Amino acid sequence: MSWTDWLPLAVLMTSFMAATIIFMLPEQRHVLRSTINLGAACIKLILIVFLIQAVLKQQYPEIRLEVLPGLELILRADSLAILFAGLSSVLWLFTTLYAIGYLENSPNRSRFFGYFSLCVASTMGISLAGNLFTFLIFYELLTLSTYPLVVHRGNAASIKAGRTYLIYTLSGGVVLLLGVAALYALGGDIAFGDIERTAALVGTWPELMTIIFILLIAGLGVKAAIFPFHGWLPTAMVAPAPVSALLHAVAVVKAGAFGIVRVIYDIYGIELSWQQGFLFPIAVLASFTILYGSWRALQQIDIKKRLAYSTVSQVSYILLGISLFGPLGTIGGLVHLLHQGLMKVTLFFCAGNFAETLGIHKIHELDGVGKRMPLTSAAFTVGALGMIGLPPVAGFISKWYLGMGALEANMEWVIFVLIGSSLLNAAYFLPVLKRIWFNPQQGQWPLEVINNNRDAIPLLLIPALVTASLSIAAGLFASSILSPLGWAELITLREYLR
Amino acid sequence: MNMILSPIPWLLVIPLAGATLTMLLPYHWRSAASVVGIFTQLMASVILWYQVTHYGPQFYAMADWQAPLGISLRADGLATLFVLMSSLVASACAFYAHHYLSLHKRANFWPLLWFLWASLNGIWLAADTFNLYVGLELLTFAAVGLVAFASDERSLEASIRYLYAALLGSMAYLLGVALLYGAQGTLAMDSLAETWQWGPTTQVAVTLILGGLLLKTAVFPLHTWLPPAHGGALTPVSALLSALVIKASFYILLRFWIEFQIYQFLPSLSQLLGALGAGAILWGGWMALRQTHLKMVVAYSTVAQIGYMTLMFPLLVAENSEASMLAYQGGILMLLAHAFAKAGMFLAAGNLIFCTGKPDLVSLAGMSRYRPLNIFAFGLAGVSLMGLPPSGGFNAKWMLLQSSFMSGQWWWIVVLLLGSLLSAAYIFRVFAYTYQETDALDTYKRPRLSLELIALSLSGISILLGFASLWPLEMISLPGPVMEALP
Repeated sequence: MSWTDWLPLAVLMTSFMAATIIFMLPEQRHVLRSTINLGAACIKLILIVFLIQAVLKQQYPEIRLEVLPGLELILRADSLAILFAGLSSVLWLFTTLYAIGYLENSPNRSRFFGYFSLCVASTMGISLAGNLFTFLIFYELLTLSTYPLVVHRGNAASIKAGRTYLIYTLSGGVVLLLGVAALYALGGDIAFGDIERTAALVGTWPELMTIIFILLIAGLGVKAAIFPFHGWLPTAMVAPAPVSALLHAVAVVKAGAFGIVRVIYDIYGIELSWQQGFLFPIAVLASFTILYGSWRALQQIDIKKRLAYSTVSQVSYILLGISLFGPLGTIGGLVHLLHQGLMKVTLFFCAGNFAETLGIHKIHELDGVGKRMPLTSAAFTVGALGMIGLPPVAGFISKWYLGMGALEANMEWVIFVLIGSSLLNAAYFLPVLKRIWFNPQQGQWPLEVINNNRDAIPLLLIPALVTASLSIAAGLFASSILSPLGWAELITLREYLR
Repeated sequence: MNMILSPIPWLLVIPLAGATLTMLLPYHWRSAASVVGIFTQLMASVILWYQVTHYGPQFYAMADWQAPLGISLRADGLATLFVLMSSLVASACAFYAHHYLSLHKRANFWPLLWFLWASLNGIWLAADTFNLYVGLELLTFAAVGLVAFASDERSLEASIRYLYAALLGSMAYLLGVALLYGAQGTLAMDSLAETWQWGPTTQVAVTLILGGLLLKTAVFPLHTWLPPAHGGALTPVSALLSALVIKASFYILLRFWIEFQIYQFLPSLSQLLGALGAGAILWGGWMALRQTHLKMVVAYSTVAQIGYMTLMFPLLVAENSEASMLAYQGGILMLLAHAFAKAGMFLAAGNLIFCTGKPDLVSLAGMSRYRPLNIFAFGLAGVSLMGLPPSGGFNAKWMLLQSSFMSGQWWWIVVLLLGSLLSAAYIFRVFAYTYQETDALDTYKRPRLSLELIALSLSGISILLGFASLWPLEMISLPGPVMEALP
């Protein structure tokens, strides 16, 4: 066992240790807590760099622990795992910075940051899981650790949102458990990538394996907010802005989408899924969710609600990409996993800044905010344009590859879905941008914080600016191997060459 | 074997001596004597564990009187695991009680605790059916005494109900054993297993024994005595009762069921037991969801959890040895995880009630801000009880699920999954109360840190079991009478 095999465990442990220490720290130790949080985030990034090096050299660090007879916990870093782990650890750093600024002078920070770290630890576990059993464990742990964050404010609305969140995610978890247990009963412990064994099982029990596929996708679809399982996401937007960032960009919906990628590529295998006709229904469902989410976003007057429905729509791009049989669609779906994360986290940071600095929650209150908060507004604009799919922001790359993938898979109707969604995206983002930049200010701001007429405080502003710049950089430097596109191509190359 | 060398007699002698001593010593010395007793007891359990894992099952005849006259004891893997479990949980509860109870209460608590401990060890180690009866009776009296200890009107009423139910159960058991003796001419478990013959008398005997044990285990619908008794008792007592006492009659039931191979001859009875288990899971969960007092939620959760353990009976099917093995291991793991999780949960609940000074759920508002560590302890136990990963409860549920798949009994899968959702509902309901922020003045009492840490370590063990399940599973799969009787 080489030393790199310990890396996946170390990545997981940095967040777990941070969570444990933070839980034990007294409430008043703010500086120490922030230091531990940021220190853990930086150490994790360094560890991820080592993992990337190993994976580029085609070594796949792996560590196993037998928990039940014939059943192992496996942590393994392959190229797909790195995609998600890398995204989460980069975004975690900035979300932590943002959260430190956002929660300044508010109570219960010890509890908040403890569960926050636990949440990221579970996300790392999800990305590095080497079999469905391990995936399931961390997937459920993610549900448990996000609940305290959703109900953090403790008022009636957040407790109610917490209940909705649990009803959806725990039911989804039970369906997923049923699927995983049934698959284990048929074929034993199947590691990710061992698609020959699943192929043999499909040969023996075609109907049962179809049912299991449906169970797995339905269970994961709840967190991925596929229609009709999306109801929890707009409700959960009562949570504080950093939590929304975590739900929408860093961890939760991504965990669902990532799980679906794992099931299709590394359990059933893309070719088998295509032959069995599993992909077409997913493409239809994803397309419907894309249009439906955009349509609902158009009707919202609350900024965060509009963004929430936009997530419902955007996450389904990932699913659409992987359901288009062919390398280009795969690239489009995987790259959007990263791009959507970067752009959506920017948008939620900005929404939080508007709310914290000027008390703005509704869209009509945004009139003229561009003059008052130019930098935040600029970051918001980058995110919004990226969502519409305008070059050079990253969102354009995703849409380009999705369109090419649709042509490659001979599913021309998908092009119309993409165009329709882009139009709807434009319809719900452009008026917002017009209000920000071109409309004059209407009276007083709802709840202005006295800060000498400046933009948001640096801790809130810098993360938004950095993630906005990253969204542009991901588009501009797309040809580099370490860009999201480069990495998605690497994964696709290894997937289709297998 | 020599008495000095074997830990088996010590496991009975120490608690009995402890009971006598703590009754006679002056108040101030009782705790000190008990601490010494607890450590020797823990040591004896560990030595037993070492001997059983290295040299196989151990037998011991008290004072060298051989069967059928003497008291013969045996320790196979299953018994050893239970000895270890009860030593750990009872020690934790004892230390908790030492800090929790006033000097006067504490002084009277020790003798009862030691009697309880002696009877538990007697039951785990008994090699014949009459010793099991003696153990059950002693256990009943110690437990009823402990429930009455809270000495308010409700707990007295609850303890009287408990006493009647438990006595009825023991009587039925004794009658059954007497009939068995008449029919088979022996009381020893091993010779009964060898010469077992089905006949009308045996059938009546088995029915009586099962009925009595089901009543004492509080299997639905014979559970009504449990919630007031467990919910109304003092906190460390509630933990002992839920974690250990109900397991004693369950253990006897399990030994009978497997060693006399009842499962092979009465498959329809297995399904009936499973149906009772399913009823317990759904009814217990539903009732837990409707309680207004914190400890009653936890008590009804015990009713539901007994249902999970009972589900192992229909899954022990003669035709499928792999499914039976999974059911046996999964059921025991469920029991083990429940022992630690429920003890931790009751102690954490007791701490919360101590903080607010009120037993109801509504007054928990703000607790997750004020006592995060304690809520965390409650939560960890909750994770295991809900059967969410990573925890011993989840691994156990996974094995029961696999066993249901293998034996083709899909209906238990539905029950298992519905049960998890129901338990998540009642546990998160408690959480929702603790997260509420109200304008009420924050006047809370602060419990001692040791009380919170004891709760946390018990809950923590139920989570750690999720990573270390192989260890207890290997232990209960050591060769012994149970393993020989499984298909």
